[in-house]
Amino acid sequence: MQFQFENIAEFLAMQGHGPYVWISYAVTFAVLAALAVYPPLRRRQLQRELQRQQRIQQRRRQVKQNKMAEPA
Amino acid sequence: MTWQWFHRLGSPRWFYQKTGAWLPWLALASVVLLTIGSVWGLGFAPQDAKQGNSYRIIYIHVPAAFLALAGYYIMAISGAIGLIWKMKLSFAVMRAAAPIGAALTFVALFTGAVWGKPTWGTYWVWDARITSMLILLFLYIGVIALARAFSREQVADKACALLALVGTVNIPIIYKSVDWWFTLHQPATIKLTQSSSIDPSMFYPLLTMIVGFYCLYAWTLISHTRTLVLQREWRTQWVQQELPGEEAQGGEGK
Repeated sequence: MQFQFENIAEFLAMQGHGPYVWISYAVTFAVLAALAVYPPLRRRQLQRELQRQQRIQQRRRQVKQNKMAEPA
Repeated sequence: MTWQWFHRLGSPRWFYQKTGAWLPWLALASVVLLTIGSVWGLGFAPQDAKQGNSYRIIYIHVPAAFLALAGYYIMAISGAIGLIWKMKLSFAVMRAAAPIGAALTFVALFTGAVWGKPTWGTYWVWDARITSMLILLFLYIGVIALARAFSREQVADKACALLALVGTVNIPIIYKSVDWWFTLHQPATIKLTQSSSIDPSMFYPLLTMIVGFYCLYAWTLISHTRTLVLQREWRTQWVQQELPGEEAQGGEGK
């Protein structure tokens, strides 16, 4: 097994087929990368949303407690 | 009971906790295999006698098309399991499979179009293989769109499962399209029953890429399902413990 091209310039040119080959690989790997990074991003989003909800609930509870503590 | 594992498999919590440890290994395997396969296919595999260097697109086109089809089976079968046994997790797998399948079908169509230009002289022809792949893309998009059309998750799940099951009729058509109709698309390169029409020096890098795509598919399907599980089990105690607890440790990538 050996490298099929004389040099890097010829490797990139691929005898005129370079643009077709390289755009295919670029788009494919961009799509695959997007599939891979989506879940962690979405997870962080869910995490923030959950924390926001919990803060709201906590504040509501505090307001309720303060009202109860107020003298009539 | 012997069926206990089956019911446990249906539990979103069990799935979530079980699969966390697999992800880094699947990610590692797919990155390594796809890197080796790409370098091998792009630089070291011999040039094709008829198509020259443009044939090197095969190393991503064929694996993407393989997984686009296999992914449809996975989506339809998990939809069926969800309908029959009312398994929550199964519906989550079905919903996670739709965007991944759509992305892979898009990749297969896009690389095919770009490959078509230097080989056939055109980006697009309305022939059987290409048109049936386009229908596959619309089926995937249909499942995604249908899921968003319902406000109740349970209704959306059932509707998506039905659409996915009806759409399976397209899969054998795609497989057989190159044999049934006269088409520009070349017949299958790899055959299970007969010897393949491809030289080993080109076949091994292709096999590496196919295995790499399978690993990547498993990895993304599991991780997309996991986030869907978190989203759907939102109100349960274990999810609420799971989410803030991990941020305290300073990372999401477990």
